Amino acid sequence: MTQPDSTSSTVAPNEEAQFLPTDRLQLLIDALIADDRVVIGPTIEQQAIVYEEISSVDDLPRGWTDVQSPGNYRLEKRDDDTYFGYVVGPHSWKQFLFPPLTVVATADRESADTKWSMQAPQEDPLRYAFLGVRACELAAIAVQDRVFLQGPYVDPVYRARRDAAFIVAVNCTQAASTCFCTSMNTGPKCKSGFDLALTEIDGGFLIECGSEAGAVILKSLETDDAGSRHHDLAENAQQQAVEQISKTLDTGGIRDLLLGNLEHPQWEEVANRCLSCTNCTMVCPTCFCSTVTDVADLSGDHVDRKRQWDSCFNIDFSYMNGGVVRNNVKSRYRQWLTHKLASWHDQFGESGCVGCGRCLTWCPPGIDLTEEVAAIRLHDLRVPPEGSSS
Amino acid sequence: MSASYPSACVSTNPWLNHSATIARITQETPGVATYDLVIDDESVSVSFHFAPGQFNMIYLPGVGEVAISISGAASSGPSIIHTIREAGNVTRALAELKEGDSVGLRGPFGSSWPIEQCVGKDIILVAGGIGLAPLRPVVYEVLANREQYGNVSLLIGARTAAGLLYGDELETWNQSIDVQRTVDRSTSEWTGHVGVVTVLLERLPIAKPKNTVLMTCGPEVMMWYSIRTALSRGMTDESVWLSLERNMNCAIGMCGHCQLGPQFVCKDGPVFRYDQVASIMKVAGL
Repeated sequence: MTQPDSTSSTVAPNEEAQFLPTDRLQLLIDALIADDRVVIGPTIEQQAIVYEEISSVDDLPRGWTDVQSPGNYRLEKRDDDTYFGYVVGPHSWKQFLFPPLTVVATADRESADTKWSMQAPQEDPLRYAFLGVRACELAAIAVQDRVFLQGPYVDPVYRARRDAAFIVAVNCTQAASTCFCTSMNTGPKCKSGFDLALTEIDGGFLIECGSEAGAVILKSLETDDAGSRHHDLAENAQQQAVEQISKTLDTGGIRDLLLGNLEHPQWEEVANRCLSCTNCTMVCPTCFCSTVTDVADLSGDHVDRKRQWDSCFNIDFSYMNGGVVRNNVKSRYRQWLTHKLASWHDQFGESGCVGCGRCLTWCPPGIDLTEEVAAIRLHDLRVPPEGSSS
Repeated sequence: MSASYPSACVSTNPWLNHSATIARITQETPGVATYDLVIDDESVSVSFHFAPGQFNMIYLPGVGEVAISISGAASSGPSIIHTIREAGNVTRALAELKEGDSVGLRGPFGSSWPIEQCVGKDIILVAGGIGLAPLRPVVYEVLANREQYGNVSLLIGARTAAGLLYGDELETWNQSIDVQRTVDRSTSEWTGHVGVVTVLLERLPIAKPKNTVLMTCGPEVMMWYSIRTALSRGMTDESVWLSLERNMNCAIGMCGHCQLGPQFVCKDGPVFRYDQVASIMKVAGL
């Protein structure tokens, strides 16, 4: 989206929706490349569907799907040849807008006797086009917009990349067992926050336009006007995803529930299973914790201040004055879950969870945060107990 | 929790450090020194304004940054004053520097003490160790406008007499406000109070608890007991303020390190009204 903080700009689908036959999908990628963009899309690497630079429809995971459950992810052949017949993998678009490792500032001097020159260089950002952004991922991008753009300070690294990005969303037509976007009210249908949105149907794609930039690209494609048959097929395909979602998270009063149960024995219980490995925070599309460290070259006269993704599960994360505040797994898991589902509301006015299910899938012991919340809700220790009857 | 907005120094790019020269170093106590810093770029220097309680990030290229509260008066001219205790990598490297050397500076960041709410009221300041440094700008403000405030008491605790900060100044302050000191361990030359600072607070007459503001900075356990004492003396949650410390890496609410429950200590704090943090201060490891 070229205007990330604009309000919903969805065009009513029946007005301008177009149909792009399957054999013309390459035209979309070509148009984005011709628009001087680096196109990032799904591709298979090391038996997972990841997001990397693509240039051809042949790069896409055509005919593959992902089978997911807590602690488990496998690719399987589909019995059709759809391009987007998978759900979400270990990557999210976070890595392109909030890079895992980036230089936020530099310091240089000519020699040890001269003064330092300190800069915060503004990189010329890559003009990305994201192909295949799911509804939960659009929601995740909106969550990170609030973190990096909408507080008293703006992160220039995120700002530059975000402003330049073009988003091609894809509506889910199936769900994984780990999906719970319907509980978080983030999906599975893409409603806003995209430039173009595709729904893969028999013989091609229904394309909706969500921005002026999207309209320009759409115009350059050889699309046909979408007919009622295309709309019906798209609606059925989207409904299929809705019906496949079986996991739920009861979000009723969840902030008060979790912050009112900070001493609940369930934290100790989950700490016995949690490896504190940081996987959940690395795959989470909204986790934003990082650490800036100084990296000097061998001369010592050039220093990069490098920002790297960090995790509240790392012991050093809460290090202060010779001690660690969260010195056990219990306190670190509690920090992650209460931040994500509870205190995020205080900080940013919404949940930090979009229901993508990645933290379930990529957790080695398969910890399911929806079950952890349910366990706390079942034995709500607040006095007087309230909201525990649901 | 006074509203604070990014100053001109940090609004364009919050990651940008400004080069500053160490104009003066004053050795305070063993391991603690005060650094007067002057931002080299004059246009940045004149636009630098802070409120008592706010902090800067001090940067040593190749070593890193550290969050340090400003300990000087708001009217200290181009000098921005920080009292720093050697505690970690950056502060130890700082201790090696001499006058004329340069450092980087970003700021000011964070919330400030509620001085504007203290006009016409009695004030109690409770400081432990290096915690006196973030409170010193309040003292300066009170001394500069002494007639605006009622009874003002400054209660200072330190481990030993040698660890009492700003020794010479305390005598001057004591002519305008009530300054009381105590040490945990007495030494032969010490003739004053011995014991924790909360004992001073327990003995302090609080004539109008509903019309008194308490501000405290020091070890968390010291602040905790000071606040409990204040509340037991009839003061309310809304008139008790404290300055918290957490690992601050970015200072702009983006790195996540300093979170304490819903609060980002760097931008929602470091100064909090007690009711903002009362419930979360009780939970270990939060």
